[in-house]
Amino acid sequence: MDKFVSVENAKMVFKTKSGSFVALKDISLSIAQGEFVALIGHSGCGKSTLLNLVAGLLRPSDGVLICGGREIAGPGPDRGVVFQNHSLLPWLTCAENVHLAVERVFGGIETKSQLKARTMNALELVQLGHAAHQRPNEISGGMKQRVGIARALSMEPSVLLLDEPFGALDALTRAHLQDELLKIVAKTRSTVLMVTHDVDEAVLLSDRIVMMTNGPAATIGDIVDVSLSRPRERLALVNDTRYHHIRGRVLEFLYQKQLRPAA
Amino acid sequence: MTAAILLHQKFSADSQHATFSSPSGAAETGVVELPPPVRRHTPLVERYGQDIADFFRKVIPIVFGIALFVAVWAIVSQGSALPGPVKTWHSAVGVFSDPFYRKGPNDQGIGWNVLNSLGRVGIGFGLAALIGIPLGFMIGRFRFLSGMAAPIVSLLRPVSPLAWLPIGLLVFKAANPAAIWVIFISSIWPMIVNTAAGVREVPQDYLNVAKVLNLSEWKVFTKILFPAVLPFMLTGIRLAIGVAWLVIVAAEMLTGGVGIGFWVWDEWNNLNVEHIIIAIFTVGIVGLLLEQTLMLLARRFEYR
Repeated sequence: MDKFVSVENAKMVFKTKSGSFVALKDISLSIAQGEFVALIGHSGCGKSTLLNLVAGLLRPSDGVLICGGREIAGPGPDRGVVFQNHSLLPWLTCAENVHLAVERVFGGIETKSQLKARTMNALELVQLGHAAHQRPNEISGGMKQRVGIARALSMEPSVLLLDEPFGALDALTRAHLQDELLKIVAKTRSTVLMVTHDVDEAVLLSDRIVMMTNGPAATIGDIVDVSLSRPRERLALVNDTRYHHIRGRVLEFLYQKQLRPAA
Repeated sequence: MTAAILLHQKFSADSQHATFSSPSGAAETGVVELPPPVRRHTPLVERYGQDIADFFRKVIPIVFGIALFVAVWAIVSQGSALPGPVKTWHSAVGVFSDPFYRKGPNDQGIGWNVLNSLGRVGIGFGLAALIGIPLGFMIGRFRFLSGMAAPIVSLLRPVSPLAWLPIGLLVFKAANPAAIWVIFISSIWPMIVNTAAGVREVPQDYLNVAKVLNLSEWKVFTKILFPAVLPFMLTGIRLAIGVAWLVIVAAEMLTGGVGIGFWVWDEWNNLNVEHIIIAIFTVGIVGLLLEQTLMLLARRFEYR
């Protein structure tokens, strides 16, 4: 299937007190199965809105969104979402948080021990098996975000949607989690749509970088193919001219063509 | 007497803190028996010295406050009809030496009076929780219901609880259910209002999780809504029980029967002012205990 996720002429208009606000318009994008696509743009350009449209948390004002051959009519377990602020339930342990998702998707077809095994596998995948019985407030921000990823992956979604998943983390933790995400995606062959404002992150992780113009009425400005071979090594890329070329193109788009007036 | 009880309470509160930190203390004694190469804790004497200093820093103001209160009371009672602390203390020793006697319907020990009052509060408050909390959930969850309830709640909430007593007497034709009715109606508002506010304050993130995971309405309630609202609910319960305990004394003064409020009025008719003062302190202490118990309960459900 070439177009696993496809967005066709999507438009998003929000009703506000001061009239209607066009957040997105003329968005057309398709993502192939197993592809990793990064959405980048300045803050307020509507990249999270686009992700929420794919997640089904928002309905488009116009246009069609399709995932796996079916129109997206609402949120569903075929699309696993990782939120920027982890959104773990503080009264549940890490395992219980993941189990909530596992139970929802596989509860009807698998035994209790199988569900438990799935939960633990998902936590092991993000190397957090040891923290299974801790509450979110007992673990670090990076660990929380990993549990969020485990929760999304545990549903075996056909698409993984990441909304600035590492945005709230410090640089070192972020780099570490990016490396881990690279490994996980290689292992699970997930289709990923990731919102980010970090150019290096986008180039390191993705196959294509979708660059958004500034809002209001934001749209896709340009798309860059990241033709770097996998597996990718953060350190090896430092001396890779193609890496710098791609990075340069994204930077050029963000800071020359779409420079925001000083806020 | 009161000073002693208040102090005792404070002491027990502190001892709770002590038991909380006791595991580290136990570890410390272990450290002394087996000296480790690296000593990370301060020596025992210094540590306990610190604890004792902290303890006194907390206790001394309390002792001074109570002493000042008793002193002012003693001075004011000098040369007036108000019984002084000593006289009240002696009377209290008598009252509490036999709290559970029964010499007829209107002459029973203070223990029975307090228990009867607590019973009324328990029933009225329990019924209020049974109705108020689910109502609060529905009002918080559905905008339409919220719109329906808002004018009624804001109209009836400020009404003095005792204004409801005649209605209770009229409907139930008996004093005891009327008193329970007054407790019910006065404690239901905080529970409705706080529960509804809690439901409205559930973070959107959690609801997004529910949407993304496509959780069933039941799962949303048990795993997200209920735990998220619980702290608010407990605040409502705490406020409600405070109001209920406040109101029971006044209600019983009017309805009679065995109860601490009736006891106050009865002792006023007997002109036994010491007993009235004892009743005031008893009501205060029981109220404090109720509040503290619920605070402890609430702390157990604090997250983040």
